Amino acid sequence: MNISIQQGRLIDPANGIDSHTDLHITDGVIAGVGKVPDGFSADSHINAKGHIVCPGLIDLRARLREPGGESRATIATETAAAASAGITTLVCPPDPSQPIDTPALVDLIRHRAKQSGHARVLPLGALTQGLAGQQLAEMATLKQAGCVAVSNGLQAVESTRVMRCAMEYAASQGLTVFLHAEDPWLAAGGCAHEGAVSVRLGLTGIPEAAETIAVARELQLIEQTGVRAHFCHLSSARAVRMIARAQYDGLPVSADVAAHQLYLTDMDIGYFDTQCHVRPPLRSQRDREGLREGLKQGTIAAVCSDHQPHAPNAKLAPFPASEPGISGLETLLPLTLRLADEGLLGLSEAIASITQHPAEILGLLDDGEGGSLATGARADVCIFDPEPYWELRADELQSAGRNSPFLGWELKGRVNCTLLAGELTYHTCD
Amino acid sequence: MPEPVTEQDTIEQLIQQMADDLRARLEAARMRDALMVGIHTGGLWVAERLHTLLGFEQPLGELDISFYRDDFSRIGMNPQVRPSRLPVSVDERHIVLVDDILHTGRTIRAAMNELFDYGRPAAITLVVLGERSGRELPIQADVVGRHFDLGEHEHVKLSGPEPLELSVVEAP
Amino acid sequence: MRQHSLQHDSEGRLHHLLTIEGLKRQQIVDILDTAESFIPVSDRQVRKVPLLRGKTVVNLFFEASTRTLTTFELAAKRLSADVLKININTSATVKGESLLDMLHNLEAMQCDMFVVRHADSGAAHLIARHVAPHVSVINAGDGSHAHPTQALLDMFTIRRHKGEFAPLTVAIVGDIKHSRVARSLIHALTTLGVSELRVVAPKTLIPAAVESLGVQVVHDLDAGLRDADVVIMLRLQKERMQGAMLPSEAEYFSTYGLTEEKLALAKPDAIVMHPGPINRGVEIASSVADGPQSVILEQVSNGIAVRMAVMSMTLGRAPAEGESA
Repeated sequence: MNISIQQGRLIDPANGIDSHTDLHITDGVIAGVGKVPDGFSADSHINAKGHIVCPGLIDLRARLREPGGESRATIATETAAAASAGITTLVCPPDPSQPIDTPALVDLIRHRAKQSGHARVLPLGALTQGLAGQQLAEMATLKQAGCVAVSNGLQAVESTRVMRCAMEYAASQGLTVFLHAEDPWLAAGGCAHEGAVSVRLGLTGIPEAAETIAVARELQLIEQTGVRAHFCHLSSARAVRMIARAQYDGLPVSADVAAHQLYLTDMDIGYFDTQCHVRPPLRSQRDREGLREGLKQGTIAAVCSDHQPHAPNAKLAPFPASEPGISGLETLLPLTLRLADEGLLGLSEAIASITQHPAEILGLLDDGEGGSLATGARADVCIFDPEPYWELRADELQSAGRNSPFLGWELKGRVNCTLLAGELTYHTCD
Repeated sequence: MPEPVTEQDTIEQLIQQMADDLRARLEAARMRDALMVGIHTGGLWVAERLHTLLGFEQPLGELDISFYRDDFSRIGMNPQVRPSRLPVSVDERHIVLVDDILHTGRTIRAAMNELFDYGRPAAITLVVLGERSGRELPIQADVVGRHFDLGEHEHVKLSGPEPLELSVVEAP
Repeated sequence: MRQHSLQHDSEGRLHHLLTIEGLKRQQIVDILDTAESFIPVSDRQVRKVPLLRGKTVVNLFFEASTRTLTTFELAAKRLSADVLKININTSATVKGESLLDMLHNLEAMQCDMFVVRHADSGAAHLIARHVAPHVSVINAGDGSHAHPTQALLDMFTIRRHKGEFAPLTVAIVGDIKHSRVARSLIHALTTLGVSELRVVAPKTLIPAAVESLGVQVVHDLDAGLRDADVVIMLRLQKERMQGAMLPSEAEYFSTYGLTEEKLALAKPDAIVMHPGPINRGVEIASSVADGPQSVILEQVSNGIAVRMAVMSMTLGRAPAEGESA
């Protein structure tokens, strides 16, 4: 099967391409850019005139709720939503209901994803067994089973000694550790950034120090153990500065930020809007600017959705009792494009933060497994129209979770086609 | 600004005449130690004058019937509500109830309901500065200053407290 | 979604009372004035006015309470409303659809007002957002967020003793961090414009960024009480000892407890208030709680008139546009 995507504006940050040119695909692999490769004859054409053609999006953090939370969402529903949003690869972190600490769980998730065929799902293996923070998970086995990296999810590894051992062991297996930096004691019971909003609303605060103390501890351990580490969904400006310093000192650390953190602050909670209940919490304006600056400077390499689909019930509760999280897959691309519209990033840089950079963090780029449109790479492609404005409406969300603080926002840029290894997983045109 | 229908000195004359009527009435009925109660706001202005003219022993009482209005759920709470004050017990006492204009009779009904929540009066005499047609309840005054013949959309309004002025206004 | 006006109707009148925050000064004064008119009602032969006859008020208490519940019930009854009391087992978690289901069931029974107490901040807002348009919601305490009627009755009590708010120095002493009363008091006192508002406690009981609410933070009780006109003591929950916020009740009393000697630092005519229930010998000495400067019992009886005012003002509105009875 040969496909030619014609007349689009091809943006492939990994290869420094931003030009109006054609893209050719043979049997799920990029056959060439520009002129038709020798001996290539297209079986079908996609007219991408006026549209942008870029690598399929890679989302570093999306909860799919399966197995264990099928009442809220399934791998089938969420990967379909991902495809409609231009996403071809999803990284799924472990959580207590699906700790991803056995090869069987890894197989199950990968199998379900393959069955649904909408997007590739890369499970993060557990760092400790059952995420309990006591005994190391069988990381080598998990790696063999297909885990790209390891993580303890949102569960804290309380013991510094256990964390040190886990990092040492992960380093020996060549695994990257994905970290959720949160001091469990300072964050206990909290549901909002500790500051002017939490004091007004009488919400138990999560101080900035809950993040910075954890970042400080992990950085010390990363330096000692030499493990490659990635900080997930940062929330504070101070943490960004600490990581910038560590990167300057040559530590192998990277970081991402959830798209909503670049737009919202604790002020958006208003009077208890549970759609703004997220973890880590939305922090101050200063923090939001710090996160944006970190993204601009490259300290934060990637933007993720931190997708957490919920049933409506989860948000219909008093703020502290509501479930944290945003259904974020379908806002990842438009919110990232908006960073370019606002002038924070160039369009190519913005696209890199959801394609090339996450691929690098996951070690996919060099293997041609995503994030690039180089000849020979797998043909994961997203084609979108950058111009149309549209309103985010709950009943139009593809995800099973309709929980988003961006409902009613006017967004710009819509996906037309998504190709996963050369197969159309989503298209609005013919 | 509507034209006053009664000159100010005429109002004072009206009130003087009402005082005379009331005195005669109280004496005829041998009512002593009566308590005069004015209804906020206009009724109270009239009552203050009558109270002085008649030299009542008991201090003047005041009623704000906001809490007793039967149109509460339609027009809502009056934010300028004032406390009702009855200086002595109403039980077995003669009450002289004073209002400015008697129209539908609903205000008087509300005032009597409120009075009965303070106790059981021996009798109530109703004194009004003006009365007009449009009664919706079987209530009539014992002492009346002046009668008004008004059209359906006209209202008579008392402004005060100094000077007291009666005027006829077109209802919106 | 313009949530800031949730408690006001389209004409700016109070539809719900969820928090003091956002009330205009005049609105607070109106409530206090109306409450003043209800005071004589309690001294009459019939302690009832027919204002809310035919209306049904539901006291929805998800958290144990005796005094607040009782005064709300009494207030509703003195307004001639029918009162329904629903105590929800506090150990059972009622949230999400089950909570809203319950509300809709009650609405189907033609209720006009919910008086809500809940252990979670924001519960009253949640309920107000989901009730039928003609139903009013009164927050009787939600988590650490707000207890607006308590603050209003305290304002009423202060006004009766001090007249004006502008010249006053007020000290709120105790567990500010977990206190919904403190938050509502702070909003009320800053809106009414007191000259100085101090919160007095050790740092462990002062929430971060509390200065942003317009208060002055004092950690020393003597400095906090000096020349105060009004001293409001807050109840200390025993859990604070387990939470590593305080070493012991005894040490708390010796450093932050209000004794006669400490009270002497305040103005000679200072009044002492407490939202209750009192922990004698923990935050306040018995001799002060029962002493001549204490107005604690007055607060309780004023609570009835203030709650009558709030209920009649929220339910006694002509329906605004978009509301149907």
